[in-house]
Amino acid sequence: MRNPQLNAHGELNHLLTIEGLPREVLTRILDTATPFTEVAEREVKKVPLLRGKSVFNLFFENSTRTRTTFEIAAKRLSADVINLNINTSSATKGESLLDTVDNLAAMQADMFVVRHASSGAPHLIAQHLAATGREHIHVVNAGDGRHAHPTQGLLDMYTIRHYKQDFSNLTVAIVGDVLHSRVARSQIHALTTLGVPEVRVVAPKTLLPTGIERLGVRVFHDIGAGLRGADVVMTLRLQNERMQGALLPSTQEYFKSYGLTPERLARAKSDAIVMHPGPMNRGVEIDSAVADGSQAVILPQVTFGIAVRMAVMAMLGGA
Amino acid sequence: MPLPDAEALCSALADLIRPQVTAATALIGIHTGGVWIAERLQAALGLAQPPGALDVSFYRDDYNQRGLHASAKKSHIPFDVEGAHIIIVDDVLYTGRTIRAAMNEIFDYGRPARIDLAVLTDRGGRELPIAPTFCPHTLSLSASQMLALEQTNAGKLVFRVTEK
Repeated sequence: MRNPQLNAHGELNHLLTIEGLPREVLTRILDTATPFTEVAEREVKKVPLLRGKSVFNLFFENSTRTRTTFEIAAKRLSADVINLNINTSSATKGESLLDTVDNLAAMQADMFVVRHASSGAPHLIAQHLAATGREHIHVVNAGDGRHAHPTQGLLDMYTIRHYKQDFSNLTVAIVGDVLHSRVARSQIHALTTLGVPEVRVVAPKTLLPTGIERLGVRVFHDIGAGLRGADVVMTLRLQNERMQGALLPSTQEYFKSYGLTPERLARAKSDAIVMHPGPMNRGVEIDSAVADGSQAVILPQVTFGIAVRMAVMAMLGGA
Repeated sequence: MPLPDAEALCSALADLIRPQVTAATALIGIHTGGVWIAERLQAALGLAQPPGALDVSFYRDDYNQRGLHASAKKSHIPFDVEGAHIIIVDDVLYTGRTIRAAMNEIFDYGRPARIDLAVLTDRGGRELPIAPTFCPHTLSLSASQMLALEQTNAGKLVFRVTEK
C-alpha cells in the first residue's frame, strides 16, 4: 500500500508523520526551507505562492506557539488564514470531527493544519478526504496525541543541520519525558531516517514507553552517562498536564535527577548545542543558566520553524 | 547549428552596458546562469556594488500547475533596492515569464528608480510584453529545444542545447 502522505508520483500530499517518509523527502523539505529563511529579512516578508488559497488552522487542543508559527508561515505565503479553536466551539455543541471538516471543505478550504489530543485524528481527516474524492485538500499534522508532531521534528532537524552541517557522525541525546512526547517520536524517526548513527533517550523508566529500543535508540537512565560526548542535547518538556498516576515524586525531584544543569551539560562535547521544543519549564527540565546560555539554540529553533512550515505548506499547496 | 561563444558575448554585453553605468547601478543575476554572468559583468564594469542573486521559484506563475521548483536557492540582494538603478542579468531571454517573476520579487525589497534587462541572447518566443535593454545576440530555436548556460570544470561559460 502506498504511504498515505504521498501521491502517485511520490510527492508529499499530506504531512501526517515523519515515520515511513523516505530520506529524500525529508532532505528535500530541509533544502526547501533554506531559501524561505531569507524571506523574513526583506522589506516585504511575503511571497505569493499561496495567494488565493485558504488555510484553516484546526486546533482541537490549545497551543500558542505552534498555531502562531503556522499562521505566520501561511500568511508569509500569502494564504488567507482562518483560525478555529474547536474546543471552544462546535465540538462542545456535539459536532463530530468529520462533520466539522466537511463544513470547512464546503467553504473551499485548501489546507487543514490540525492539532488534536487524539492520536490519528489528522490521518482520519486525510482518509476521509481521499474517500470522498477531495485529495486536493491537504492536511498538515500540527501535533496529535502522543503520536507525532512532524513539523517540530523537521524544524529540529533543520536546526541540527544548520549548526552541525552533517548528520552522519553525530551523537544526539533526547532527554526527558519521552513517554508523553509526540515531539520525541518525530525526532527519533527523523534522526534515524537521516542517518544519525547514535540516538539516545535519557529518562527515568516511568517516563519511557516500553519497547522504545525498537525505534533504534540507546536507552540511558543516568543523565551523566547519557550526555557523555553528545553533539546535540534535545530536552523535552515535562508534560505535567498529561501526567496520570504517580510517574514522578515531584518536579523538584525530577530536576534533581534529570534537569539539564551546566554541570551536566559539561559531559557533552564542548560545542554541543542545546534544544528545547518549548514551552520551557525552567527549573524542571532545564536550568535557566543553560536555557539562556551560549550553547542554547532554542530561539533560533522558533525562527527556523517558520521557514520549515513555509516549505511544507509550499510543497503541499502547488500542483 | 553553431552556438554562440558565451564568454565573448559576456564581453560584448559589458561593452553595451558600460555607457549607461551610473553610481546607482547594481546588477541582479537570476539563478543560475544569470549569477555567473553578473559576476563577470561586475568585474568588467568595475562596479562598486557586489551583484545580487535571485531565485524566482517563489514567484513563478506555473506554481499551481507544476508545484514548487525542486531545488530553490536563496535569493540575496546585498544592497538597498530603494532608488537603485538595477540591471537584471539572465542568460537567455525566452517567454519573459522569468523576468516578470524577477521584477515582482525585486519590488518586495523596495522601489528601484529604474530596472533594465541584460541577456546574452534572445531566442524569441515571447509570451509577455518584455524586451531586453542590452542584448548582443539573437538566435531562433524550435519550441522543443532548451538553451541553457553551463559552467565547465575550468570555470568557462558555454551554451548547451537539449531537446525537451
